[in-house]
Amino acid sequence: MVKVLKTGLFSTIQDLGRHGYQDYGVPYSGVMDMYSASVANVLLGNDEYAAVLEITMTGPTLEFGCDTSICVSGANISPKINDTLIKLNKPISVKNGDIISFGNLVWGFRAYLAVLGGFKTENVMNSYSMYQGVTKQSMLFKNDTLLIDVPLKDFARKHATIKIRETHFTTEYIEVFRGPEFEKLSKGQQDSLFEQGFTISKENNRMAYQLEEPLMNDLEPIITSSVLPGTVQLTPSGKLIILMRDCQTTGGYPRVLQLKETSINILSQKFTGNPIRFMSSTNSE
Amino acid sequence: MIYKLTYKPFGERSILIEWPSVIDENILSDIVIFKEKIKSNHVKNIVELRFAYNSLLIVYNDTVVLIEDAVNELDKLYHRKKSITGFTSKQWKIPVCYDDTFAIDLVEIASKKGMSKESIIKLHSKTVYTVYFIGFLPGFMYLGGLNEKLYTPRKSTPRLRILKGAVAIGGEQTGIYPSDSPGGWNIIGNSPLEFFNPKKELPCFVNAGDKIVFKPVSLKEYNDIKMLVEAGVYQLESETIDG
Repeated sequence: MVKVLKTGLFSTIQDLGRHGYQDYGVPYSGVMDMYSASVANVLLGNDEYAAVLEITMTGPTLEFGCDTSICVSGANISPKINDTLIKLNKPISVKNGDIISFGNLVWGFRAYLAVLGGFKTENVMNSYSMYQGVTKQSMLFKNDTLLIDVPLKDFARKHATIKIRETHFTTEYIEVFRGPEFEKLSKGQQDSLFEQGFTISKENNRMAYQLEEPLMNDLEPIITSSVLPGTVQLTPSGKLIILMRDCQTTGGYPRVLQLKETSINILSQKFTGNPIRFMSSTNSE
Repeated sequence: MIYKLTYKPFGERSILIEWPSVIDENILSDIVIFKEKIKSNHVKNIVELRFAYNSLLIVYNDTVVLIEDAVNELDKLYHRKKSITGFTSKQWKIPVCYDDTFAIDLVEIASKKGMSKESIIKLHSKTVYTVYFIGFLPGFMYLGGLNEKLYTPRKSTPRLRILKGAVAIGGEQTGIYPSDSPGGWNIIGNSPLEFFNPKKELPCFVNAGDKIVFKPVSLKEYNDIKMLVEAGVYQLESETIDG
């Protein structure tokens, strides 16, 4: 069991998401940065589907109620055990009564805390991912207790290491494919999508990231159609909206670009004011 | 009827199939039949099939490297003689209370249109609506068939909270909010039913392709039904229709 002493800005339990329920209008949800979350799980020897804690910008303070192992990956929010800084991307033993807290944000935006065996909070529609209206709880609150397995034996790969892609946190390039309505844009609009740089606006969350710079737009709305995480929509006022993991299943704005899946992970580590550039991707690697 | 379909890659793992851009029941049934064909033929590596008015999204398990092969396989299947002729659907009677307690925009719509509240309720509840698909919010049905006289522009400032069950008109569409949510549609009533329940094996009782009609109920009937729904014992009226 893990007790929440302080919540931080916004922390949720997430796994790889809720699949197969989109025709009921249920979003996928799941960890925003699948790369970093899987690093944390792999290093602990967890299943890739194990639920982790997704921490946004400022971290929670947690008290562990049993001996186990943890691993923190993704953003560097200066994680500590009992006030001593711990390493990222390394399995670490915790003892009953240990306090995990976080400090300054050094890089990235979302950190992932994995525990041995994964968090065992409410599972709805085959997923632990918190989402309002689907799970009872949509985020962590003070005094919550989060269930975890009490390990009989510590299976964590204590000496496991992994080389983290440094560019994951530094690159401005977001790789994209043409979206279903890309061809409806004029040559000029198409070019400026790739030539112009963009800035992430303060409207950014698990549902979508809006971009600051508008794109001149004269496209009509489309008949409501399916969208995916990573779909870039163009609104009538020219705002570009990049849909993220908690996005709706359908939308009526033209879908001009589609992010490569690894680029959704990269974007998840960016926040208000960060610059990005779209770069054309091809299917063949 | 065979339509000219367009196949587009959508990201690295999906293909979007598009029908002509009109909202049409014949297209809906063609999409549903094609979806069933793909399902029953167990096309390799497909993990998800979902559709909207005039499109079918196919999500694969892995990167689609040979997009042309995947498209050819699908298109061959589309043109193969139909093994499925139609689909069975249901018509549901959805109780709606149009009382002033809930219908906070009904007076305004009536006065703008120069119609009585009663005639708006009558027009809204005599139509048989088609459920095209579920999207936007968990359990939100996209309905076709709203009477033209009831078309009403969305509110210029959306409300921050619309009550669960609210029956509303937005532009040329009508719908029911399955949960409390912000929204810009005009509220004309409320239904006591549960349109989405994540704990049930079938989270939505209505399926795409089904029909629904709204049955006006009094405030007292509304409260009675609501009580039965909450106790899990309400028997909703429906009949089977063969497509």
